[in-house]
Amino acid sequence: MDLILLILVPVLTVAALMTAGSKAQARMIAAAGTGIQLILSVYLLIMYLIERSSGNIDQMLFTDKYVWFNTLNIYFSTGVDGISVSLILLTAIVTFTGVLASWDVDYLYKEFFISLLILSTGVFGFFISLDLFSMFLFYELAVIPMYLLIGIWGSGKKEYAAMKLTLMLMGASAVLLVGLLGIYSYSSPTGSTALTFNIIEIAKIDIPIEAQRYFFPMVFIGFGVLGALFPFHTWSPDGHSSAPTAVSMLHAGVLMKMGGYGCLRVAMYLLPEAANEMAWIFIILTSISIVYGAFGAIVQTDLKYINAYSSVSHCGLVLFAILMTNDIAMNGAVLQMISHGLMTALFFALIGMIYSRTHTRDIREMTGLMKVMPFLSVCYMIAGFASLGLPGLSGFVAEMTIFVGAFQNTDLFHRSVTILAASSIVITAVYILRVVAKILLGPPGSNLPAGMKDAVWNEKAVTIILIIAIAGMGLLPLWLSEMILNSLGPITEKLALLK
Amino acid sequence: MRHEIMLMIAAVIILIIELSTGKDNKSLMIPATVILFSLITFIGFLPIETGKLFGGSYNTSDMIILMKNSLNIGVLIVIIQSAGWLKHSFENFDNSGGYFFIIISSLIGMDFMISSGDFLMFYIGLELATIPIAALAAVEKMKRRSSEAGIKLILSAALSSGILLFGISILYGTNGSLFFSSLSSDNMNTSLQLLAFIFIFAGVAFKISLVPFHLWTADVYEGAPVNISSFLSSISKASAIFILIILLFTVFNSLISVWNTVLYYTAVITMTIGNLFAMRQQNMKRFLAFSSIAQAGFIPLGIIGGTQFGISAVIYFLLIYIFSNLGAFGVVSAISNVTGKENMDEYNGLYRTNPKLSLVMMLSLFSLAGIPPVAGFFGKFFLFTAAAVQGYYILVFIAVVNATISLYYYLLVVKAMFINKSDTPIEFIDNDNYTKAGLLICALGIIIIGFAGIIFEFIESASTGI
Repeated sequence: MDLILLILVPVLTVAALMTAGSKAQARMIAAAGTGIQLILSVYLLIMYLIERSSGNIDQMLFTDKYVWFNTLNIYFSTGVDGISVSLILLTAIVTFTGVLASWDVDYLYKEFFISLLILSTGVFGFFISLDLFSMFLFYELAVIPMYLLIGIWGSGKKEYAAMKLTLMLMGASAVLLVGLLGIYSYSSPTGSTALTFNIIEIAKIDIPIEAQRYFFPMVFIGFGVLGALFPFHTWSPDGHSSAPTAVSMLHAGVLMKMGGYGCLRVAMYLLPEAANEMAWIFIILTSISIVYGAFGAIVQTDLKYINAYSSVSHCGLVLFAILMTNDIAMNGAVLQMISHGLMTALFFALIGMIYSRTHTRDIREMTGLMKVMPFLSVCYMIAGFASLGLPGLSGFVAEMTIFVGAFQNTDLFHRSVTILAASSIVITAVYILRVVAKILLGPPGSNLPAGMKDAVWNEKAVTIILIIAIAGMGLLPLWLSEMILNSLGPITEKLALLK
Repeated sequence: MRHEIMLMIAAVIILIIELSTGKDNKSLMIPATVILFSLITFIGFLPIETGKLFGGSYNTSDMIILMKNSLNIGVLIVIIQSAGWLKHSFENFDNSGGYFFIIISSLIGMDFMISSGDFLMFYIGLELATIPIAALAAVEKMKRRSSEAGIKLILSAALSSGILLFGISILYGTNGSLFFSSLSSDNMNTSLQLLAFIFIFAGVAFKISLVPFHLWTADVYEGAPVNISSFLSSISKASAIFILIILLFTVFNSLISVWNTVLYYTAVITMTIGNLFAMRQQNMKRFLAFSSIAQAGFIPLGIIGGTQFGISAVIYFLLIYIFSNLGAFGVVSAISNVTGKENMDEYNGLYRTNPKLSLVMMLSLFSLAGIPPVAGFFGKFFLFTAAAVQGYYILVFIAVVNATISLYYYLLVVKAMFINKSDTPIEFIDNDNYTKAGLLICALGIIIIGFAGIIFEFIESASTGI
């Protein structure tokens, strides 16, 4: 299966969108394009599983290389393993449901879908790239449409949020660039002077430890800012809350996972000695993210801010697990990426639907929605339960794996931060149940607009697709977890060799 | 000598057309010039032998021919864009012949400067490149700003070339020869020669607008007609950078540790000051002036360390910079020709009325900022790679921080056009074909150059021999 198709389909959809005329045409084209992308991702998953079960044990499958700049040894290398395949599927699901959730965008609808698809092109390109140059290119490509999307179609203090988000994320990628160029300059194998950007080749080389000490913080922070690493997470609450629905879904659901994936694939894999040495600093920072994000969510009164802080907390958990450097914890990290991606997409979609009916996001002004909109309210409850880790839904699978894995490290420091992070489960329960009780239960509020309808067809499609994915992952996680575990092999081997 | 001879023939043909058409049918001038210059640009790419002429005063190599071709492409775009301006301002339309003649003269000067093999040819070329443009900066006789720009340009240019000449004469005094080849074998260790280097560097840095020799830039760009500002900011700057590279690598190759340090600190201040001042500007031409100062600050990152890859990265970056800068100036020119509006506030809501102009401006600004997937990203990336591979990580760090700061002020313009709403946006501008062609060439260049890897390979193969 040619991975370049995954980039070609969104680009062709953008081209088709430019010729679209009416709003109906534009959204049909966008839905068709993202639908085809979803089918392709499922097909990729099936092909990948077939290849693996027929005994193919290469690290990366479906690899391909296109020469780009010969003198610098820059190739556009593509390839996937279990981690990438699952994240590609996540992106495809969230993009498709995002387009469905934006069915009623009216102002400059063509440009909206075009920007959204350029964003998704960047993400797909990032997940299939195997060399640092293309990864970096797609990483930056995924940030810049955010400025237009939030600035033009957002709400609240959108210009401030858009500028802050863009500058912080581009600043992080600036620091990341220095780290990547550093890795590049040390990437010649012994006995030759040819430098390379290819991740698999660099992984075979030992980069000197003194150099690693400089570049590991840069790369980790560079990717970590997108993954909501404390104290660089401040773009997230304002950014997610001011963004339109589909953009929040894509950003919190998928883009923040690019940060975690980058940390795993580049920082931990290519710089393992420094990772082992300096992990404790970042573990402290991520534990603060987890607990601080959760506490922050408790005091908010705007639904979107609650969810944004909750995303900071859950994405902090991803980075926390990656830093635990054993395979169970890292498996949990990838599972959490997928689970949280689906969950937060569902949350933001539901908040958008509620907002379009009640015209407020303040929880103090809403009660008793269960009586008025039962379908949406039940979906909201399911999303809430997934977030706090109810068994049977995906959140439980991910969080349990993370904490079991984290607890495997027997020393006092690791055990105590694990206990601290696990306490966030309780805090999550507090803010989730508080919101659910306040806005869904009880008698319908008197200040709610009259005549609110329940979900329409596109909204039902969004919620049903996401809930099936969440419940599916919660009830049958083994195939996914094994696929990821096998692909984590090379990474944990490199890290464990040094213990 | 092919470039220079073709340009001289073109200049003479323009004069003949000017003389033979009466006062009322000057409209032949613009198409004739565009066709002539496109022919020259095309012929420039055909292969030719390289070597030395006039006893070593004039030399060409593949790299020098490549540099001249890049300048040709840039001047072609400037001429096409100027056509729009000339059509709209009637008092200048009659002077079209003079306008084009002066631009071509300046380009001839730049070509001689780049091909120079000794300081005499270098100085003649430099003066021929600078002085005519000062005349054009003051061409809008009815505007006081334009005359002010012209006077500032000519006076600062005169001072800097005086200092340059002093440096050259010191070098001649210590060495006895003006030829680059004999100066390059001279081991320069006296402090007098170091002083000469500083003076010569100052003289050339004036044309590149490196800080602290940049003070003329903002006022001149603001006052001169838009197309002259675009010429100054892209072509003139690029030619000065080319000759700086040649000088540093041939004449001053023994002083490599000195000029590494000088370039390092100059890069840091230039980037920083350019960015800090650009953030506060409201006038689009001043804004683009400071942005081009900051962009020039990135160039030393490629020159530092003295590698062939670095030089290729600089030439590649300059080619992309010419397209991006001319794209941005082209949009400013298109708007200011018809409406005379040059302030950022007046650009509010431009997307609703002029979507294509806004898109070209956005593409050009993103290319200047270094955002993928447009070409500017690749240019900046290779410059940073060149410096990083030589070990200058702190410099690269400062450069990337500055690139992020520059993104902020470029986004301000994007914000004005796309996000801000206005009750009185600029009306729909129906551009004439020349303006459309000029902007289209810039946009195509910005989109394609990054993805076509062969362009960089071509540049790399041409820059051997340094």
